[in-house]
Amino acid sequence: MDPRLRLRRSLLYVPGNMPGMLQNIPVFASDGVMIDLEDAVPLAEKDAARILTRSFLRTFRERSKEVFVRINGLDTKYALDDLREVLPAMPDGIRLPKADHPEVVERLDTRLTEAEERLGLEIGHFTIIPSIESAVGLLNSVKTAQASPRIVALAFGAEDYTASMEIQRTKTGEELFSARTQVVWAAKAAGVQAIDSVFSDANDADGLRAETELIKRLGFTGKSLVNPRQIDVVHEVFRPKQEEIDDALEVMEAITRAREMGTGVISLRGKMVDAPVVKRAARILRTAAAFGLIEYDVSEELIHGQE
Amino acid sequence: MARNSLGRDVPTTWRGRQYEPYHDPFSRMPDVDRGTRPLVRRNPGESKLLGSLRAAVERCGLQDGMTIATHHHLRNGDLLLNLLVKEIDGMGLRDITIASSSIHPVHAEIVPSIRRGVVTRCETGVNGLIGELASKGEIDFPIVVRSHGGRARSLVTSEVPVDVAFIAAPCCDETGNLNGVSGPSACGSLGYAYTDARYAKKVVAVTDNLVPYPASPVSISQSDVDYVVTIDSLGDPKKIVSTTTRITRDPAGLLIARHAAEVIEASGLLKDGFSFQTGAGGTSLAVADNIKRKMLAQKIKGSFGCGGITGYFVDMLEEGFFRTLFDVQCFDLRAVESIGRNIRHREISADLYANPFNRGSVVNMLDCVILGATEVDVDFNVNVNTESNGYLLHNTGGHCDTAAGAKLAIVVAPSIRGRLPIIRDEVTTITTPGETVDVVVTERGIAVADRHEDLKKELLRRKLPLKDIRQLQSEIYALTGKPRPLEFHDEVMALIEYRDGSIIDAVRRVRE
Repeated sequence: MDPRLRLRRSLLYVPGNMPGMLQNIPVFASDGVMIDLEDAVPLAEKDAARILTRSFLRTFRERSKEVFVRINGLDTKYALDDLREVLPAMPDGIRLPKADHPEVVERLDTRLTEAEERLGLEIGHFTIIPSIESAVGLLNSVKTAQASPRIVALAFGAEDYTASMEIQRTKTGEELFSARTQVVWAAKAAGVQAIDSVFSDANDADGLRAETELIKRLGFTGKSLVNPRQIDVVHEVFRPKQEEIDDALEVMEAITRAREMGTGVISLRGKMVDAPVVKRAARILRTAAAFGLIEYDVSEELIHGQE
Repeated sequence: MARNSLGRDVPTTWRGRQYEPYHDPFSRMPDVDRGTRPLVRRNPGESKLLGSLRAAVERCGLQDGMTIATHHHLRNGDLLLNLLVKEIDGMGLRDITIASSSIHPVHAEIVPSIRRGVVTRCETGVNGLIGELASKGEIDFPIVVRSHGGRARSLVTSEVPVDVAFIAAPCCDETGNLNGVSGPSACGSLGYAYTDARYAKKVVAVTDNLVPYPASPVSISQSDVDYVVTIDSLGDPKKIVSTTTRITRDPAGLLIARHAAEVIEASGLLKDGFSFQTGAGGTSLAVADNIKRKMLAQKIKGSFGCGGITGYFVDMLEEGFFRTLFDVQCFDLRAVESIGRNIRHREISADLYANPFNRGSVVNMLDCVILGATEVDVDFNVNVNTESNGYLLHNTGGHCDTAAGAKLAIVVAPSIRGRLPIIRDEVTTITTPGETVDVVVTERGIAVADRHEDLKKELLRRKLPLKDIRQLQSEIYALTGKPRPLEFHDEVMALIEYRDGSIIDAVRRVRE
């Protein structure tokens, strides 16, 4: 499957230095996890976290979810060790903190390519989710989002962002509105997904729901999570409504007819159905299938046409 | 020694008594009558009030070799058993059997009296240090572990003849009418003491709250009580009931609870008239919470909740999810408060609750019970008595009673506890036979007993993580490794009695 189309409603942070939490990764129903080697891990445990993460990844072979590793910032002395230890154990991708400039992503891209050559992997195997978490990061985000074909999503880190702005984060989030919009724009312009920041209060399900509804309206496709208890709420918000599913099925039927006629465009009730409409429909149907609402296998050929 | 139907080697004669090996959950039925107690005449003007516990022990004629009983309504806050044993010790009595409804860690105070031969036999399961010491061979204290229903049965059939029952009475009058709903030691239901009041040769009500006649409501009545004794305090109220019982916040526990609720829904039992029991643990309450939401969404009205009752079940009663609560023991203050004022919150005896030999107990009417486990094996046998170190640390409670009674017995447990896998080839000790356990739910998957093919199909249809129990076990072993088996001496230190009186397992002294 095109890694850019994978469902990433919920990306759960798991501290890399906590074996009890690592071993529960297969158990929870988030679409992905981000094993954290950065902020959750104290300096004295950086090496232990790398070893634990590597060991966990090696045992977690039949993966029910995507596994990213959040490495330390490339400007720290930990980042290269993180990559060297963890990449041979085959995470699906890297969450890159402090992606302030496109050059940071490019540097990571180079490191990943080197690792892939060393490990005998296909170039481009490891994906990247750059995290935009400062004012300068926001201003450069359009270019950052396009800095590597490995990028599958652009993430927003509100905690670091508000710190860099010297402002308080609130539950209603007015102070994040422009930043979020900017991240979504940059992501959409690059044709990648947009992942919103964490909602830190794991006991406030209503607050989480309100925020998730907001970011879904803004165009985010998923959210980073701090606690497995948040998964259900986020999935519920992203659960497609029946009319959305019905519309998407109609679109797929229409494009099937179009492909049979040898064209990539067709009119459905007066509206044009073409690639972007089909892509959106495909995403809705994949989401619906992930919820068990429908059984539907979206073929790549249908979306993109035969070569 | 004989091998019972579950392959366990159990004694047929032990410490001077005969025992029958377990065969199956539903057949055994000894051909005996119910026990009796002596007739007593009380004329007007005769007083039952005695000045001290010692006076009560004397008046009841307690002698060497006899049996006493107390009750664990006051749980780990109970002071009565300790006071009593101290008194008996001081009077020079020896070789006394304790047939209380349970022993708690607070009762470790009686250990010196065990060592001195004051109390020498234990016709009840134990929680905590006494079990540990017996497991290590540091005290010689033969223990017969019984379920709530099994204990009631053993009194009703006179298998365990109680000479004097001392009933802690949080509210009592001079004639012995008593209840648990008020007073400084209020504990709510007195479910465990009822059977003693009917079958013990002598019954002493011990109270720290003597009220003017008549005490009301009457849980145990003056017609059953021989003597009334007042003491300063029955117990430590903080340890009698917990102020709150809470739904877990542990994500794995919540996941287990959700799976369990999905299993209940898939079983088809969740419909009008649904009856349910769950414990006071965080995961059990989370199951109740999930069930409540499903009942709300589907407009289902249940019939009854039973067992030990929590504030959570009180809410469900008051909000109309159940018509009745059957309460053997109150787990928290809200349950205590409710049982005193709500007529639909019924106090029931352990006999009515779970005795297999009484023309039908409440557990037989249960649709579903949620149970815990320290270990489960691939045949669905469950251990709640011994810990991973082999020590006998827990009493059975209603575990095997409800498993046998309920249409659907679900064991919920984390797949890994400490470093140890929950699913074993063989459990250390069988508390509850796999024949009565239907489903095991862990955060890593759901295992269903082979006799429930339809339920398996339904779980698969609902895309729930159904796994063969051996597959689930091997997934857990992949993380934990296979634990080295414990080593035991041949010497049996406790018997695990099944609810019908047969011996389902024996606990042996741990080889350290």
